[in-house]
Amino acid sequence: MDNLETIEKELKKLAARMEAVEGKVTEDKVSMIVFSGDLDKVLASFVIGTGAVAMGMEVVMFFTFWGTPILRDKEKKIGGKDTMGKMFGAMLPKGTGDVKLSKMNMGGMGTAMMKSLMKKKNVASLEQMLELAEELGVKIYVCEMSMDLMGFKREEMVQYNHMEFCGVAKFLEEAKNSRVQLFI
Amino acid sequence: MSEDIKVEKVLDLKGLPCPMPVVKISKGIKEVEIGQVVEAITTDPGTLTDFPAWARTSGNEILKTDQTGDEIKFYVKRKV
Repeated sequence: MDNLETIEKELKKLAARMEAVEGKVTEDKVSMIVFSGDLDKVLASFVIGTGAVAMGMEVVMFFTFWGTPILRDKEKKIGGKDTMGKMFGAMLPKGTGDVKLSKMNMGGMGTAMMKSLMKKKNVASLEQMLELAEELGVKIYVCEMSMDLMGFKREEMVQYNHMEFCGVAKFLEEAKNSRVQLFI
Repeated sequence: MSEDIKVEKVLDLKGLPCPMPVVKISKGIKEVEIGQVVEAITTDPGTLTDFPAWARTSGNEILKTDQTGDEIKFYVKRKV
């Protein structure tokens, strides 16, 4: 009888330890911070993101700082902003179609050339990549602090099925258990 | 000899650059039953390394790779 009790106790201890371990196991997941608002870097982020889904991995993308305005909807007009908000709103890109290359932009000429080259070579545009990501179930988290800082409102963001707004803790929770973490 | 491989589905991925070939094969393979074979035709030379990497990671098997001119044919067996 004593033996049985000891075994039971040991089992309970083991179960508790298993539970603790389960929280620490890395998952087949990619956590990406998209900090950049450059066409080339954001495109690379989406190529990795969609590719990772194809490889059977889960993907979460956190858009922060200069990455945030890329998710604005060109068509949506939002009122009620203060002067700074209006200024940022006007100066930052509005959506995927507005972004520029990080190098060789040459007053927009380089970006235009790159875009026409991408079309010619069948490389998916940012718009198409965003659509594909949504279809594949890539989760997008948007940094609430960046939104607030630049005066963006939730209502002016694009319609994307797996989009949520969050802070650093959400990213860290995901990144902690992800096998791959990238900052772009 | 591709004659003795029974192909269930053909995926034309010609002219598609990264990441589309891998995205499309990962979707296409799910449209056949386990044990059946998809023939994927690509023109992106990167797929020569990408398809085996995808197969290893996703747990599927590339039975055979045929290269003629610019075209690459992969015979992919769904294992999972």
